[in-house]
Amino acid sequence: MNPESNKGIDTQEGDAMVQRYILSKKNQITLINGVLIILAFISKIGFENIVVFNGALIIASLLGVAPIAIQAYQALKVKVVSIDVLVTIAVLGAFLINNYEESAIVTFLFLFGAYLEQRTLNQTRSAIKELTEMAPESALKQKENGEFAEVEVDEVDIGDILLVKTGAKVPVDGTVLTGEGHVNEASITGESVPVSKKKGSQVYAGTILENGTIQIVADRVGEDTTFGKIIELVEEAQDSKSEAERFIDRFSKYYTPAVLVFATLVWLVSQDIELAITILVLGCPGALVIGVPVSNVAGIGNGARNGVLLKGSEVIQSFSKVDVIAFDKTGTLTVGNPKVADTKIYTTNVDEVLGYLASMESESDHPLAKAVVEYIGDTKLSTVENTDVVKGGGIVAYVDGHRVAVGNVALIEKENVHLDEKARADIAGFEQKGNSLVLTAVDGELKVLMGIRDQIRPGVKENLQKLKALGVKRLIILSGDNQGTVDLVARELGLNEAYGNMLPEDKSAFVAELQAKGKIVAFVGDGVNDSPSLALADIGIAMGGGTDVALETSDIVLMNSDFSRLPHALGLTKATALNMLQNIVIAVGVVLVLLASVFLSEWMNMSIGMLAHEASILVVILNGMRLLGYKLR
Amino acid sequence: MLKATIQLETLSCPSCMQKIDNAVKSLEGVDKESVKVLFNSSKVKLNFDEQKTAIEKIENAITALGYEVIKSQVKAE
Repeated sequence: MNPESNKGIDTQEGDAMVQRYILSKKNQITLINGVLIILAFISKIGFENIVVFNGALIIASLLGVAPIAIQAYQALKVKVVSIDVLVTIAVLGAFLINNYEESAIVTFLFLFGAYLEQRTLNQTRSAIKELTEMAPESALKQKENGEFAEVEVDEVDIGDILLVKTGAKVPVDGTVLTGEGHVNEASITGESVPVSKKKGSQVYAGTILENGTIQIVADRVGEDTTFGKIIELVEEAQDSKSEAERFIDRFSKYYTPAVLVFATLVWLVSQDIELAITILVLGCPGALVIGVPVSNVAGIGNGARNGVLLKGSEVIQSFSKVDVIAFDKTGTLTVGNPKVADTKIYTTNVDEVLGYLASMESESDHPLAKAVVEYIGDTKLSTVENTDVVKGGGIVAYVDGHRVAVGNVALIEKENVHLDEKARADIAGFEQKGNSLVLTAVDGELKVLMGIRDQIRPGVKENLQKLKALGVKRLIILSGDNQGTVDLVARELGLNEAYGNMLPEDKSAFVAELQAKGKIVAFVGDGVNDSPSLALADIGIAMGGGTDVALETSDIVLMNSDFSRLPHALGLTKATALNMLQNIVIAVGVVLVLLASVFLSEWMNMSIGMLAHEASILVVILNGMRLLGYKLR
Repeated sequence: MLKATIQLETLSCPSCMQKIDNAVKSLEGVDKESVKVLFNSSKVKLNFDEQKTAIEKIENAITALGYEVIKSQVKAE
């Protein structure tokens, strides 16, 4: 390189190096700065030595202002009037009027405050950091020669074959090719009971192979994996901003230059440099900008630790004010795994009829059909011919030459099967108990009546009580099931209202109607068939076992479909919203009190102002940090 | 257009966001609308035109402000 022609660039780079060096030694500078100030006061008070006093303070001021001035210069270069600019001017001003005491103390407080902020901020972010650190970093990838070599996880492509050993993290989403083992999927589902995996099983990035060795083929990599999506969601959420925050941001952009202009005007009018520079320091917006993001990150971090994914600060605001929570029934309030609870047989030829029934139902994917097959168990299966699926009714087919109809009352009546009084009484009785009905008719005669019920999730009742105690006015159940079943569940759980026979579009219309009346509505569903309502509601809450749909369409995801996390989510959003408000009040309050007292009181000066500012910043951070430990009582 | 995610050292002062935002936006070839400085996760996300600028230039603009770039990821949009 020719030193002559590159001289300009060299000095520029040299300057940048010096600047970076000084900034990197900020902590040491702060320490020396503090020690010098203490020395100065010892020599003044102990030895009445004013020369040493001033000397130490001058050195402390110059040393302390250096990193602040560099930051100010860098800010001005990109046309930003930052806090550093205000403080630098104030310190120079104090220096000009020979007030070395103020200039030294202000630089120290500013630097020490920044140090404490960084330390405490890391704390508030720790919960989310724990989550992102669970991301896999390396993988054992099969090379062309068939051997496995360790590579960075970024280098894995779809279709690559990977080896996962005991104790290792599954690096990507994939399918097991060979081997067997148990995987802890807590990072995806929140459930820490190991899941068994064998050839053909799906495995997920970020989960841990607790025993065994498996080879997998990569299906989805990087940010496309379920874990990658969860991380991205949480990372976006912690920095997402509500309307109010965006306003604060816009406001603070003009606020600092305004303080600078105001201080200049005061100086021009009063010719009082002391007053002008005091205003510069007091006007720093410190806690205002930092207060809300701190509450946000701590609240979302608490959620992430407790199996509640909150998609940002707007969601926190609206859920904290929720009026109505509407629930889907199947899979949300109930386990979603219906079982045969009651049966009535109207024939002596039991085995044959149950055999026909099982033969037909085993061809269906319907949840009720699965319950029937499970209930009947092992039996002789016959060939089913001419199957006719009647939508919303059931199935009609021929088995061993007999015409068999399996379905609800409407289907059986359509088949012209006579239902005598006893059968009708049984049907009514079954319905009252909250059963869904499956009737079986062979050659036009009713043979079997089955009542199928879903189990209510354990603990749902107590959790609903907690929601009420937290101030939710109406709890509503919206279900596609018959009204009798829905009413029964509502009564058992103590819900306010119950609506049955609802199609997905009826549910979303119901949500829209409530919203039109000015209610803030949350909808809780399983995230698969209720996506329209989840998307439309002010807050869509998905019972997600880590499914993509649940992550994408909803605002809040309850990991591992754990209903008990719902009250925690509500309590947490209320606590977080309140915390944000407290922080705004603290921040604005401190600035107002300081600015008022500079005109109204005798004792206010730059150092006290800076102390109050830095203290208020620490107070809002510590206040936000409380959210990390939030627990529902 | 390429999409870049730049991981920075922990950001602690809110005014750094505004500084980084302005510095990156002022670069030729950076899509101004796409620039997002994430305070809590200490990341910068942006789209840029690879014909007009390079990821190194963007990184330099940030390090010149005194913030260390830990790692950056560039992907086709």
